[in-house]
Amino acid sequence: MALPEKQPVDKKFIDPAAVKQSISKRLVVNRFTKSIFLMGLLFGLVVLAVLITGVLRDGIGYLSLDFLQNFPSRRPERAGIYPALMGSIWLMVMIIPMIFLIGVGSAIYLEEYAKKGRMTSFIEVNISNLAGVPSIVFGLLGLTFFVRNMSLGSTLISGALTLGLMSLPVVIVSSQEAIRAVPQAMRHASLALGASKWQTTYKVVLPASLPGIITGIILSVSRAIGETAPLIMVGAAIFIARAPSGFFSEFTALPIQIYNWTSRPQEEFQYLASAGIIVLMVILIAMNSVAIWIRNKYSKRY
Amino acid sequence: MTWMKKTALVTTIASVAVVGAACGNDSGSSSSSEELKGKVAIDGSSTVFPIMEAIGEEYSMEQPDVDVTVGVSGTGGGFKRFVKGETDLSNASREIKDEEVAEAEKNGVAFTKVTLAYDGMTIAVSKDNTWVKEMTLEQLSKIWLDPNVKTWKDVDPSYPAEPLKFFSPGKDSGTFDYFSEEVLDEKDMRKDVQLSEDDNVLVKGVEGTKGAIGYFGYAYYAENKDKLKEVPLSKEGADAVAPTHETINDLSYPLSREIYTYVNNKSLKEKEQVADFVKFTNENAGDLAEEVGYIKMPQEKYDENEKAIEAAMK
Repeated sequence: MALPEKQPVDKKFIDPAAVKQSISKRLVVNRFTKSIFLMGLLFGLVVLAVLITGVLRDGIGYLSLDFLQNFPSRRPERAGIYPALMGSIWLMVMIIPMIFLIGVGSAIYLEEYAKKGRMTSFIEVNISNLAGVPSIVFGLLGLTFFVRNMSLGSTLISGALTLGLMSLPVVIVSSQEAIRAVPQAMRHASLALGASKWQTTYKVVLPASLPGIITGIILSVSRAIGETAPLIMVGAAIFIARAPSGFFSEFTALPIQIYNWTSRPQEEFQYLASAGIIVLMVILIAMNSVAIWIRNKYSKRY
Repeated sequence: MTWMKKTALVTTIASVAVVGAACGNDSGSSSSSEELKGKVAIDGSSTVFPIMEAIGEEYSMEQPDVDVTVGVSGTGGGFKRFVKGETDLSNASREIKDEEVAEAEKNGVAFTKVTLAYDGMTIAVSKDNTWVKEMTLEQLSKIWLDPNVKTWKDVDPSYPAEPLKFFSPGKDSGTFDYFSEEVLDEKDMRKDVQLSEDDNVLVKGVEGTKGAIGYFGYAYYAENKDKLKEVPLSKEGADAVAPTHETINDLSYPLSREIYTYVNNKSLKEKEQVADFVKFTNENAGDLAEEVGYIKMPQEKYDENEKAIEAAMK
């Protein structure tokens, strides 16, 4: 936009020539940074696209209803993923209520009830740190504590508790963020109308923060479902003759089955692994879609 | 949530727990030998896993109510659980070590060794490697131990100066232990070796590197014959022998090895389903091993197994 010429311009402050020059320089820098960011995005997308097309090309031919219903087999054409799929679903069903109750409970206590002080911030720092602990460490914890000390054995419940524990820090932190984002004015309004602290939390704060909380939970459960290392530590089997039937069943899970197939010498098993990856990806995409749907449906802006 | 729903939920959880516990306590006390029940817990070597998976698959058709579970904690990891009495069978691609035997004795775990099949540990180089025709075990041991051996020229002056690159299974695997014992004489392997728990990674590595040398089970070589070159081996001045079905089976290949499953004697005596499963295993291991890439042993070996199992059950 050109400056109106009639107004006196103090050359000491704004030199049009200098401005013009620096503008074009800034435009160059602008374009340069933009292309860097675009390249960053493209790099990720291209790698992902290559991976997905590779997996789809290898695995799609092995994907069928039989593949979903059969047990693993030494004969690739007869092998299926049923027990692993059921194991993963069982794990999911057990983990979600567990981390919802414990994770959201902890977050509500830390945000609404705990006195802000050294102790609280010490606890919060530790929770954030736990979010960065490698999953295999949680596996070791699960093996010594749940499998051995509590004698739960290498069962679904041990696996679910271990994965749940691993997901908790992320759930607590994201729930805290969601609760913190609820405007203070809403709490005050509720309290001013005579509601108790619990009523305010339960009827005002929780519904308002639910989209954020649920998004956090689904994202961390998605991560847990893709984990292999902690489950191997806990002693999940690879071959089981029957699909899990209860909390105390032996189990296997999708990532374990996929890992086992990739390490087999016969090439057909690599394709089976790709088919397994597709199944796992579909589950993850479905879960993430649910998270996005919930966020869009319930989120309100204040 | 209404009261009714809550009650319903609690009852469901409780009943699931009860059913689960009931299954857990069931140790196959059924008197009928036709329809067995209960669990057979197996863990151990990933090398043996394909055979056990095949046996489990066949067995579940015969005894659908027996829960067979097979894990892959590795030979060492499997024995750690086995010597505590946590598993009924432990698959192994090497023999049980003295320390592990001592640990088992301390915990009062007696066991029987069942030999399942043969495997030939194959030494492989790249297809582009045109110079290696055969090697002696001494040469092999020297290049895997001595960090001063840097190129193929250091192995034999007539070879080109192509840099050597080493690929080996991970230290938790029984295959690594077997190689250390048979070839390296328990000495420490050189440090610049690329280790991987996934044998397909080793195959890819050897395939793609001109100066590479690596070792793995015969099945991985047999599946990738078009991409790899095997190295015939000679022992103590004898003629070099290449790994083939026949040379592994008649034990003329120097790195023919046995793979095993170890059975807890107490489980064998007290759990009918374990005894039945072990007998089934011994009867079918050879044929099923062939199907998944291992080599069947002569019938005498399976007869010996059977005698050992009978003896342990008394």
